[in-house]
Amino acid sequence: MYDDPTDPQRHLRDFIVTNFYIPDGQPLDEVTSFLDAGIIDSTGVLELVAHVESRYGITIADHELIPSNFDSIGALARFIQRKRGSDGGSNDRLAR
Amino acid sequence: MIHHPCFLLHSFLAESAARSPDAIAVVGDGQRITYRDIDRRSNALAHALAARRVERGDRVVIFGDNTIDTVVAFWAVLKASAVASIVHPQTKPARLGYLLRDCRARALIADHRLEPAFAEPARSSPHLATVMITGTAADPRVAAACERLAALPRLAALDDALADAPHDAAPPRRCIDVDLATIIYTSGSTGEPSGVMMSHRNMVAATASIASYLGIARDEVILCVLPLAFDYGLYQMILACSAGARVVLERSFAFPAEVMRTVAEERVTGFPGVPTMFATLLGMGSLASYDLSAIRFLTSTAAALPVKHIEQLRRQFPAAKIFSMYGLTECKRCTYLPPEDLARKPDSVGIAIPNTELWLVDDHGHRLGPDQVGELVIRGATVMQGYWDKPEATERKLRPGPLPGERVLYTGDLCRLDGDGYLYFVGRTDEVIKSRGEKVPPKEVESTLLAISGVREAAVIGVPDDLLGSAIKAFVVPEPGVVLDVSVLQRECRARLESFKVPHHIELRAALPRSSNGKVEKSELG
Repeated sequence: MYDDPTDPQRHLRDFIVTNFYIPDGQPLDEVTSFLDAGIIDSTGVLELVAHVESRYGITIADHELIPSNFDSIGALARFIQRKRGSDGGSNDRLAR
Repeated sequence: MIHHPCFLLHSFLAESAARSPDAIAVVGDGQRITYRDIDRRSNALAHALAARRVERGDRVVIFGDNTIDTVVAFWAVLKASAVASIVHPQTKPARLGYLLRDCRARALIADHRLEPAFAEPARSSPHLATVMITGTAADPRVAAACERLAALPRLAALDDALADAPHDAAPPRRCIDVDLATIIYTSGSTGEPSGVMMSHRNMVAATASIASYLGIARDEVILCVLPLAFDYGLYQMILACSAGARVVLERSFAFPAEVMRTVAEERVTGFPGVPTMFATLLGMGSLASYDLSAIRFLTSTAAALPVKHIEQLRRQFPAAKIFSMYGLTECKRCTYLPPEDLARKPDSVGIAIPNTELWLVDDHGHRLGPDQVGELVIRGATVMQGYWDKPEATERKLRPGPLPGERVLYTGDLCRLDGDGYLYFVGRTDEVIKSRGEKVPPKEVESTLLAISGVREAAVIGVPDDLLGSAIKAFVVPEPGVVLDVSVLQRECRARLESFKVPHHIELRAALPRSSNGKVEKSELG
């Protein structure tokens, strides 16, 4: 499967479509809010976190688990890129 | 104090709005709304529903998240003398379609953001006289949704319908307190969802009982992160309303750091949760960084709190009373453990809630004494009126009680009472695993696993096995950062359980599948 390591969007989309329920007619673009659209609940978020951590080799702290990082494909892809780019530096500043 | 002779559930709102109109009733969606405004908006929506041919006893489905609109819609439906059924926003179209048909819903009030989920079920629901979607047609997204949904009967945008309706008083009351107030759908252990019918009197009784043992005061700020679609969430809002207190709505516990920030900022005093939420909280390294000093009580239900979590919660929230509770939608709640008993009986679910009576029976209906395991029976004013349109299922659950014509609730839950009359949950009658001809309550195996260091969550089921009848299979979620060894877990179980109760298979998982109200969906394990 095509997976551009610098842009995880496509892979994330595949993961979400495969693992969560998306109603017919529900658009899923890079800004669709998982919460608004009822796609992911609290268990779902934990699955997503576990997946992102193992696939991208990053560790997510509780203060990073916020909607601005996790509530859409675009937000999550940008968060992953920042985390990978930051190489263990402070993510707080970047996550805002 | 003698109440009005016909005290309906929404009389709580009328009283609080009259007593403290300017108090903030609900915080949610970044808004704060006073009792006066909740009262006026729900008056207007009640008139709008009545104008759209919603009559006494009609069912109205509210399809929405934990939002101010959902709260307003709930009170409005009651004020229209109709019956409210709040449906969880993650409900899939097929199930929503079933619910609309099953209760023969007369009206649907839905969050416009959920259009993909409700559009088709609403189209094919034969009894709907009107569909209202949240928002105003002045919002282009809502206007576009209205256009797509134009074929639905009497379609309206909620805010526009409210603007045209009288706000000052509710429509004339038609109900008396034995009429239905809500239908709450539960997914039974098998088959299709059942609608639990609750009268106004049932719900007023449950509210009074719970408020009395929690000691709900007027200055309370109660968190509601559990879905309003389930009784545990809905009653947080009702409890706050009954006291003229405040409820803080959160849509999900998916982002715990966000929720805890709100808890600190809003000076939340009451924190109702389920064991998974508390497990998540205790796993947060940053928990100590939030100012949680206003929290006066924590409540937990849906499953027993593991003893080690109780101890950790006591350390993290030294000023808070911890209420471990137990119940089922069919009677709202059965028991609570008085916080002062938590240290000496941490694995008990406590005593009957005020104004409720309970006992245990064997398979022949004979009452059992202390330390015998039997089915729990509940007697009291909170016991449901039955399952909507399911007379046979109702007859299995509601059976003759001590007085002529009286019905009591056979819960289907296996429990035990100790010598002091404290209740212990053992398992479901239909859940006991038969392995090697022995009865294995999954609950006991789960508690054993949870007591092992490094185990965060556990669920146990029976899987078919040629030799054993059923083999015992455990699903175990490790604590973050802990690597568990299956053979060590089995060895620990062997050290603590009779051999026929030791899991034959253990599978490690990152998370357990859960329903939206926090119960493990065992049907999805296997």
